[in-house]
Amino acid sequence: MAPRRVAVTGLGVICALGHDMPSFWNALCAGRSGIAPITSVDTSNVRFQNGAEVRNYDPAQHFERAQADLLDRFAQFALIAARQAVRDSGIVFTPELRQRTAIITGSSVGGQCTQDTQFWAVYRNNSPRVHPLTIPRIMPNAGASHISMEFGISGPAYTVSTACASSNHAIGQAFWMVRSGAAELAIAGGSETPFSFGFLKAWEAMRVVAPDTCRPFSRDRRGLILGEGGAMLVLEPLERAQARGAPVYAELAGFGMSSDAGHITTPSTDGPARAMTAALEDAQISAEAVGYISAHGTGTPSNDPTETRAIRQLFGAHAGKLAVSSTKSMHGHALGAASALEAVATVLALRHAILPPTANFTTPDPECDLDVVPNQSRAAEVEYALSNAFAFGGLNAVLAFRRA
Amino acid sequence: MSDELAEKVVSVIATSKRIPREQVSLESTLEDLGLDSLDQLNLLFALESDFNISIPDDEAKSIRTVREMVEGVRKLAAAGASGQSAASVA
Repeated sequence: MAPRRVAVTGLGVICALGHDMPSFWNALCAGRSGIAPITSVDTSNVRFQNGAEVRNYDPAQHFERAQADLLDRFAQFALIAARQAVRDSGIVFTPELRQRTAIITGSSVGGQCTQDTQFWAVYRNNSPRVHPLTIPRIMPNAGASHISMEFGISGPAYTVSTACASSNHAIGQAFWMVRSGAAELAIAGGSETPFSFGFLKAWEAMRVVAPDTCRPFSRDRRGLILGEGGAMLVLEPLERAQARGAPVYAELAGFGMSSDAGHITTPSTDGPARAMTAALEDAQISAEAVGYISAHGTGTPSNDPTETRAIRQLFGAHAGKLAVSSTKSMHGHALGAASALEAVATVLALRHAILPPTANFTTPDPECDLDVVPNQSRAAEVEYALSNAFAFGGLNAVLAFRRA
Repeated sequence: MSDELAEKVVSVIATSKRIPREQVSLESTLEDLGLDSLDQLNLLFALESDFNISIPDDEAKSIRTVREMVEGVRKLAAAGASGQSAASVA
C-alpha cells in the first residue's frame, strides 16, 4: 500500500500576536511585532526587559474555575489552541475515531510558572507545603492529557521535549503516524510559557537574550527574545479530508531529523543541513522544489550565520532564489512551542500565497546573505516550504509542507 | 603580574578551566586558553560571583584577552564599591 498523503485541515494558535489564527496571520502579514516590555514578571533585577507575552489574557474566558485550577498557563495554551484547531477542522468525533486519533504535543519546560511559584513558597517563604496539584500542573505532558480528556480522545498521546525543536518533533511524529496508518487523525503542536523569574534569570546567564528586540539576520542583532504561546494542527489523510469536503490548508509532505553530536549549545552547519536534506528525501522532492524556508532564525549572533551556511551548503545556487524569513522577530522565541507557531505560519503562507517577513530588520549581514524578506510581507506562490527547528543540545527537526 | 585583583582573576580563570595558573598570563587570549562559548559563560559566572559584580553582555562579548578581562573586572568592582558607599551615605 502506498503511503497516505497527509493534509493539514485545522489550525489553532494563541501567542503575543493574538488569541486566534486570524489575528496571528494579520499581524504576520503586517510585519507587526508582539515584542514589548515584560509585565508578568518584575524584571528590575534581570538584564533584559522585553518579551513576547500573550496580552489581555483572562483564563476565565476559556475555563471553568474547576478546570482552570488543574491547568498551568502552558497547558491552558495547549488546550485553547487544540480547541481552535478541532473547531476549524470541522471534525466530528465518533467513538471509533476517538480511539484512532493521536495527540502529540511539544514543550521544553512544562509548567514553569507553577514550579517557580510553588518552589518559591517552600524555599523562600518557608511554607510547609506546596499546592497538591503542583505535580500534575508542572508535568510537560499536561497539555496532551488535557486535550485527550476534553475531547474524549483515547488513542496514542504523548509529549516530546527537545528544547526549541519540541513541536517540530511532535508534529513530525504525528505526521508519520497518520501517513503510515498508525493513526487516522492527529492533533499535534506545542505550547510554552517561559515567563517566570527563575527561568528568566537562567536565560540571562546564557547571555543570548537581546536587550532590545529580535532582529534575525540583521547585522546589529543582539540575541533572541523569549515568547510564549501555543499552536496546534489537525492532520488527517488527504483522501479523508477530500471525502468529507474539508478545506485543506496544505499538505504535510516530509519530516527530517538529525543530531549534531557536537556541542551542547553551539549549533553546527552539518546537523541542520542533514535535517533539511532528510525532510526533502522524506517528501521525495528536490531542493529546487523549495521556494520558502521558515527559518529557525533566533536572532542570536551564533544561530543566524550557521543556519545561513547550512542553507547554502544544501541548496547551493538555489539558495539565491529562496525566500527565508524568521517570524520569531514577531512572536518571539516560544522555545518548545516555537516550531508549532512557525508551522502554522508556514501553512498559512502557502495557503494565502503570502510570505511573512523578518521584522525589525535594519542592516544586512554579509554572513547572513539570504533573501530574508525584510520587514514587508511578500506575495509569492510557493509549491514547497520548509520549517526549521534547531534545538540546544544539537537536535534538529525540519518539516516540509506542500501547497494544497 | 603585580596587583592582587589581577592575581585573583587569573586564579578564577585557572580554577574555572581547571588548568595550572602558570598557563594563564595577562597576554593570553581566551582562545589561547581553549575557552569555548560554554567555558566563557562559566568563567563570567565565576567572576560575577567572586567579585560580586554584574558583567553586561556587551562588555563580556568584547573581551579577547586576560588583560582586558582584568581591566573590565577592575572597572566594575570599582563602580560597585563606589555605588555601595554612595548608597550607604544616602
